[in-house]
Parts: sequence; C-alpha cells; structure tokens
Amino acid sequence: MTLMGGPNKFIADKKDDDAPAAKNTAAPSSIYAAHQKIYPKEAHGTFRNVKWAVTAVTLAIYYILPWIRWNRGPSLPDQALLFDFANQRLLIGPIEIWAQEFYYVTGVLVLSALALFLVTAVAGRMWCGYACPQTVWTDLMIAVERFWQGDRNARMRLDQSSWTFEKLWKKSATHLSWMMIAIATGGAFVFYFQDAPTLARELISGTASPVAYTFLGIFTLTTYLLGGMAREQVCIYMCPWPRIQGAMLDHDSLFISYREARGEPRGSHKREQSWEGRGDCVDCKACVSVCPTGIDIRDGAQLACIQCALCIDACDEIMDRVGRPRGLIAYTTMANLDTASVEPRSGWRIVRPRTILYSALIAAVGGLMLWSLLNRADTIVSVAPDRNPLFVTLSNGGLRNGYTVKITNKTETAKSFRISATGVPGAKLQFVEFEGQDPVIDIKPSEVRAVKFFLSIGPGERKELKGDSTPILVTVRDMSTGRETSRATTFSGPGS
Amino acid sequence: MASHKRIDEVTGAETTGHVWDGDLTELNKPLPRWWLYTFYACIVWAFGYWIVYPAWPTFNGYTKGWFGYSQRDQVAKDAAAAKAAQDKYRTAIAAMPIAEVKKNPELFEFARDGGAAIFGDNCAPCHGRGAQGAVGYPNLNDDDWLWGGDLESIETTITHGARSGDPKTHDTAMPRFGLDKILEPAQINDVANYVRSLSHLDVDAAAASRGSAIFADNCAACHGADAKGNTEIGAPNLTDAIWLYGNSQQAVVHSIETGRGGMMPAWGGRLDPVSIKMVTLYVHSLGGGKPEPKKEEGESEHKDEPHEAPK
Repeated sequence: MTLMGGPNKFIADKKDDDAPAAKNTAAPSSIYAAHQKIYPKEAHGTFRNVKWAVTAVTLAIYYILPWIRWNRGPSLPDQALLFDFANQRLLIGPIEIWAQEFYYVTGVLVLSALALFLVTAVAGRMWCGYACPQTVWTDLMIAVERFWQGDRNARMRLDQSSWTFEKLWKKSATHLSWMMIAIATGGAFVFYFQDAPTLARELISGTASPVAYTFLGIFTLTTYLLGGMAREQVCIYMCPWPRIQGAMLDHDSLFISYREARGEPRGSHKREQSWEGRGDCVDCKACVSVCPTGIDIRDGAQLACIQCALCIDACDEIMDRVGRPRGLIAYTTMANLDTASVEPRSGWRIVRPRTILYSALIAAVGGLMLWSLLNRADTIVSVAPDRNPLFVTLSNGGLRNGYTVKITNKTETAKSFRISATGVPGAKLQFVEFEGQDPVIDIKPSEVRAVKFFLSIGPGERKELKGDSTPILVTVRDMSTGRETSRATTFSGPGS
Repeated sequence: MASHKRIDEVTGAETTGHVWDGDLTELNKPLPRWWLYTFYACIVWAFGYWIVYPAWPTFNGYTKGWFGYSQRDQVAKDAAAAKAAQDKYRTAIAAMPIAEVKKNPELFEFARDGGAAIFGDNCAPCHGRGAQGAVGYPNLNDDDWLWGGDLESIETTITHGARSGDPKTHDTAMPRFGLDKILEPAQINDVANYVRSLSHLDVDAAAASRGSAIFADNCAACHGADAKGNTEIGAPNLTDAIWLYGNSQQAVVHSIETGRGGMMPAWGGRLDPVSIKMVTLYVHSLGGGKPEPKKEEGESEHKDEPHEAPK
C-alpha cells in the first residue's frame, strides 16, 4: 500500500484483502485522505443575518481603521493606529507605546486571551462562529463563489461537468474575484505599518518599499489560499483553538446542539402523517448542506463544528414548513441536554466559578494596565550601578562607585535634566561628559541618553558606612516641569 | 469484506490495525491529502537550496549555487560598511590632539565606546574586563598613576609600554635591595615598617623610626623625601591607600627585596594611533583620569576643567 492511496485505493485494497490468501488483514488503510470538497448551501434566517452584520462590521473595521487620522502635532504621524516599526513605537490614538513598553501589548494580548476564555466559557465558540478572520473571509469567499456559480447544487453540477466555456468563465470569474479580495486584504494590512495615504500613493505608483510589496504579496497569497481554497481545513487541521477550547467549555457553556430527545427517531415525514411516536427530525439534511465545515450536527458536539449557527437557521426554516416548533437545533448547554429539556436556553447558568475567575482576571489585568497607563511618565529613568568593579578605592583611602543613568525623553520637545544622588553624606558627583557636580543634561526629542557619573566619598565618610552596601537614591529632575523621578540603587564598598 | 476491517466498537470508526499492549488500538483519522502534497512540495523546495545556494563540496571547492551567495562576502561587506561608517570619526580623531577629541562630545562618545571594545580585546587579559586590575596589574579606575594619569601620559604609556624593550619605553626600575644585597634583611624590615607607617598602617613603631633614615638614604632619591613618588620615573606614591602589590608587611618587604618591576607591552606597533587615542580616552574616562598639565607658554587659553577625583 502506498501513501498516495486515498479512499478509493483503500477500497480496492480491501477488496484484495477479501481474497482468502490475504497476507495481512491488519494492514492499515491510507493515512492520507483526499479532500472532500464542501458545497455549503445558502442559509436564511436570524443567525445568517447576524453573521452578515458581524462580517460587515469586522471588515469595515479592518479596512477603515488605518485611514482614521489623529492629530499629534507636527513631529508625529497623524495615523490613529500605526505600528511604527521603523521608529520602534506603537501609536494608538493619544497613546504612544515605545519598544521598551511592549508589556502593554503583552497586556492587551493577555486580556484578549482571557476575554476569549470568558466568552467561550459562557457562550461557546462565538469567536469561531462569528468573528474569526478565517470565518469572516471564508464566508465572503463562499458568497462570491455562490454569486458566480450558483448555490450548492449548481456548484456540485458545475464541478462534475466537463470543461465547457461556461465552467471556464464561471471558475475564472470566481478566482479573479477571490484574488481581488485577497489583494485588497493584503493591501489593507500594510497600511497599519506606514502612513496609509502616503503608502497608497506609493503602492500605486510603484515606489513603495520592497518590504511593503512583500507583505502585501504574503497576505494576498494567504488570504487567497486560506480563505478561498483551504477554508474549513484551516479550522479542522491547522487551528489549535478547537483543541484548546475543550478545556474552556463545561456543562453550562452555550453550544449549538441537535436536540436528540426531541428529534429522534428521525425519518422522512409525509404531509398529514401523524407526529405521534416519532421525532421531529425529518432527516432532510438541510443542516448538513448549509454547514461550512461539512459535518452533521446531529452527531453531537465535535471538533470540526465552528458553531456558526447556520444549521439553526436551516432547521428552523424546515420546522416552520412542516409545522413543528423551531429550535430542534439550537443554542443550549450540556446541562440542559442532560435533563432532556425541550425549552431552548432554559436555565443557562452564566455565573459560575469559572466565569467569575475569568472576569476577575480580566478586571485585574485591565485595571493594572489602566492604572499604569494613567500613571506612566513621559520620561523613563533607569539607574544601573557599575558591576565591574563594584567600587574603587581612591588614593586618599576614599571610595568611588560608578553609575549609568539612562534617561528617555518620550516627548516631542527637547528637555533638560539634572541629576542628584542622596543617601551617602558628603558624596561628590563627577560626570564623564560634563563639568561640575550639577550639570544640565540636554536630551533631544524621542531620544535615550546614557549618562555616566561617579559618586565619591573621602576616607572619613567611608568610616561612617555600615556594611558593604548602602542604599542611595538617584534623582533625575526635569527642569521644565520640575518633576522628579527617583530610582533606588546602592553604594558599594568592601565592608568592614 | 467487513470481516477484515478493524472497527472500533465504541466509535464505529476504522482503526489503523496496530495493536499495543494487547488491547490498545488507534483510530484511523487520515490527514487530508493536500497536507501530504504540501509536505512533498516542501521536499522539492528543499532541493532548490542545493541549486541556488552553496551546497556540495567538490574536489577543489564547493558548488557556488545560482545566487552566488557567500556568508564570507556578506561579512566582508558588512565589515567594510561598518568601517566606512567609522572612518569619518577616525579621520577626525587622527587629525587632532587627544585633548581636543575630549572636547568634542560626538568624537568623545565614539572614542569611549570604541575604546571600550579595544580595551576588552587587548588590555582586559591583564587589567581585567572592568579595568579593575589585580595584584601587580594596576587598577585603571583609581586616581593613582605610576606613569601619569593625564591624557598624554596615558597615551605615551600605552604606545611605548613599561619596560617593554621599546626604545621610548618607561624603563626605569627599582633596585633589587634584597637580592642584590644592597640592604640587610633587618634594614629592609625596618624600612618596610617606615613606609607602611606613612599610610597609617599598624607598624612596629621602633622599627619604623629606624627605617626613616634608611629611607632617606636609599629610597628618597626616587620616591621623594615625602615619599609621594614621581610619575616621571614610575616611582609610586607610598603615602596613599593604593598598593599595587599589597600593603602587608610581607608584601612590602618582598617589593623592596625584588624591586618588582612589572612590565607592559608597547602597543604602538600593534594598535594604530587612532585606536590608541580611543583606548586612552576610554581609560581616562574610567574615573581616575587627571587633568592635562598646565602649558608653560600660556598658549593653552581654554583648559577643559577636569573632573578631578576628590582628595
């Protein structure tokens, strides 16, 4: 058996195995399967409309966001959201985040993850079903495909037919449209990293940087491949989230389920036929044909289900037609299914230890970030004492320590600072680059400057020191605002 | 047909047919074939590296590849670019006296940073990575200098070394008072006591007072009557708190017996003059650098007020 087998080959092998002389009945079938193309049928209903709305909103945010302007004065870009990699900073409205403050971005990621946990614990895979870019773009690509090639049955027929002119132009039109969407997607992505209007002119005139074109190309290709071609394969085979979410869901999380208790035994139903002694499921397979991942929701909760709710719309439509109540497939919880409850959403327990924990974590992380954001200074000061040598004995028997003060001026104006040190009485300051004990240190806008200074004491003061390490305070004073920033460090000596 | 398929009873799915520990089986959940094709495509792509990049050794070299890429060339190019970027500073430093370099903040910063790298490569093995020195190897952070601590003196010492054999090196040396039997062991003990008393160390007072006269006769010529030393001839100040070979009675006695006479290589032939200027500025900036001596003719109008170490 070869790796290239696939299902058909597998069947052929099994036929061979049927022969009495079969050598190895335990031979595995192929470990690779041909892709079963899925032809999702168009759904109509509440959830379909919600999904269209979410798609429209998310796409609008994605395309419009980089074009929103924010006036930051003459020296800074006026793009509201700009990942300014060239200058190692992130501009979000009034907030400017430097590379060394990247923990804010980490914080946002932590918050996003916690929010995803909370939403999943409460309402299941809402992200997968509605807001994930893969879902949004796949939805868009399928809509385009449907526009050119028709709905499920028409597309299946077209794929089975031989290559006629009609098939050729329909397929070409589909792929061309996909490619245009892909280019627009990749194109919008690069606008987040450079001034959008400038970059747009450059992209069109062919003068943008190769980096911009490269990323535009990469995102065009991935959008075309993942959204147009791979679709549900990304969710089923590539995405880690379906595996992780098993740990997030519990008996009280909302998820979409077929109500077996009400639906079974299933079977086709003729008009005028009694509903006594049978389930409500008429086995029409409407839920299967609309499913974008090609599963049967009636098999229960499964990894491939992205909880897009289109099967609810499909089933409700059928239930209306056959005159049975809606909600044979509906959002429910495991707890409800266990009690065989027929009412959808009866007793949806949202407040649980798990959701309380996630909410508390979100509040804690969010509060901490907000607090630190409100209290952050436009000057960053750090002080590092020399480690090698820790201290120097002077010829008069005194001691000297060296320090490097790094001052970051995050504002867009030049600033002047003065440095002082307290904690060791009688200590004298001495600067490598400046004269005198109290020089004025000028720092240009958006610049970091390292200032080296020494702190020396005489032999008399040395005797006053206790132990080998004395706490001191280095204070940097902003001369324009008077704001003082102090950092604790130590003055080292040999000890007694 | 069904009899040969291994079906898992619980799921109804087919198994791979493998059995472990008697009853463990694995469901057959085939990966999609596009995955397999992607894997093959990656293998083909990998062959591309053989073609476009250097890959195979040959009898007289190696296959160069279509792109003609070479990491050596890349390094050479980067090094040349870095050198070109430094040239502007180095040319400027070469053209001016070392004291002038210090007055130019941009050149001073370049010199200190470059000097730190040069120091790490050349000087750190003896003087230590932080220039903190060791017994016999001077600490360059402090304000005590054997051969002078102003910029020009440091530059001279680095260029010509100490007792290095260089024609212009500092080649004065202390006599071997013990080994050459210039002084008796008891005299050496006395003078060691005296010298240590100058630094207010605990000494045998009687021996120290005997040693005073011996010092005047034998040591004062170089170290000075006040024992404050002389940087012209590399005679250390014996009254301060810094002792290159240690301040114990034993160590001082040993210094007098043997004369010590540590040496430092001349770097003039190994480092270019600009590099020596840079490393000089670095060493001078470590905290103990001394101001330039006042020029006699009064031609130096504007003296850079030094950051002198406190006394």
